[in-house]
Amino acid sequence: MNNARYSSLVWALMRRDLSVAMRRKSDSINPLLFVLMVVTLFPIAVGPSHEVLGRIAAGVIWVVALLASLLGSERLFRDDYVDGTLEQMVLSPAPLELLALAKIAVHWLLSGLPLVILSPFCALLLKLPLDGWLTLVLTLLLGTPMLSAMTAIGAALTVSLGRGGALLSLLLLPLFIPLVIFATAAVESTLLGMPAIGQLMFLAGFMVLTLTLAPVAVAAAIKVSVN
Amino acid sequence: MWRWLHPYAKGQASYQLLGRWLPWLTGSALLVLAVGLVWGLLFAPPDYQQGDSYRIIFIHVPSAMLSMGTYTGMAIAALVALVWQIRTAEWSIAAMAPVGAVLTFISLITGAAWGKPMWGTWWEWDARMTSQLILLFLYLGVLALYHAFNDSRTGAKAASILALVGVVNIPIIHFSVYWWNSLHQGATITKFAKPSMPPDMYIPLFVCIFGFMLMTAAFITQRLRHEILRQELHRPWVQQVLLNSPVKEQ
Repeated sequence: MNNARYSSLVWALMRRDLSVAMRRKSDSINPLLFVLMVVTLFPIAVGPSHEVLGRIAAGVIWVVALLASLLGSERLFRDDYVDGTLEQMVLSPAPLELLALAKIAVHWLLSGLPLVILSPFCALLLKLPLDGWLTLVLTLLLGTPMLSAMTAIGAALTVSLGRGGALLSLLLLPLFIPLVIFATAAVESTLLGMPAIGQLMFLAGFMVLTLTLAPVAVAAAIKVSVN
Repeated sequence: MWRWLHPYAKGQASYQLLGRWLPWLTGSALLVLAVGLVWGLLFAPPDYQQGDSYRIIFIHVPSAMLSMGTYTGMAIAALVALVWQIRTAEWSIAAMAPVGAVLTFISLITGAAWGKPMWGTWWEWDARMTSQLILLFLYLGVLALYHAFNDSRTGAKAASILALVGVVNIPIIHFSVYWWNSLHQGATITKFAKPSMPPDMYIPLFVCIFGFMLMTAAFITQRLRHEILRQELHRPWVQQVLLNSPVKEQ
């Protein structure tokens, strides 16, 4: 009985967030354009040689993905905080962790998934050898949910501050380091002709761990920020 | 135990308790550090490989150990602050974070100064150095978040959550950095195999570590006292303390 009501609440929340995003498409599209532009800057900055670009491609795409995920993340809870929706979420009978997970899921659909879809194109621009493409897409598929979850923690902590942007990156970027290490290592070992399953397993483990624990932290942070 | 601990949730009681500890901590820290450093820097035998330049270990190792220990302490304080809402624990985060950050910084600087003669480079992307650098960033993040809010209570709670998120991540970061380093075998300078130390060297090292512990405790105690005064400035007892401080403190 209760579970049914919670799930309808979660669906309603997700539908609302998605329709808000559909009405302000530029908010979701601009980070993707940012990714494309930074990817374009790299060949110009380090030279168009195939060997150099192919070697750094995976790392560049991952760093750009991190930066792009930080770009729009301030907005994750900001509007809800300003118009009081966040307070209603805290007061609602559904567990706040569940609602936080719903917000994280929508954020991933709007920022992580497009990035996964865009990544082969970036790989093409950066001359990543063809063998690495599938691994790169897989690492992004496993890694971006974690990005969304961690960003949600940071956004919830800084939502009541007017000016969270630089602070948010200071808080979050150190925590993303394991992700970058394993993702780039996976692509690298594929390029060397070795199986990347070990690194991908690690990434999957991180993803499960983060998605389990992050909603708890997000809920605690929202409670702190709302009071 | 709770009956014994609870009075110290109040600012005044913990201020006075810390005031009683402080002279002992400071005195013993100075004594032990003086013994350990003089012993280590002047009297311990030189290393057969590195000569005298290994002596920086007597500062490097204690500061590196204590930088991690302080983060653990901060995370425990954060847990206490979040679970039992004890304000002294919230303030102790603000007291510990700068001390830990400085210890991390010292360990990085002394590591660089040691690396230059030994490995021929100031900075190597060695696993331990890299994870220590990330630890410094984590400290700075906690500090920045603590001081970002106008309402200090919100800032303390937000910093507690971040400290706990960090403590879950530290082992992951640590091991992944090790793994990353073993994959990228680019470094041409291999670390010297550490000879197991003779007692002439490790006894002064232990003395130094103990001295650094006492010193860190003394710094944190003093900072926590300041933080308590700063936060409770509107209370009458603080004004009393500030007006006739030398008499009242003891």
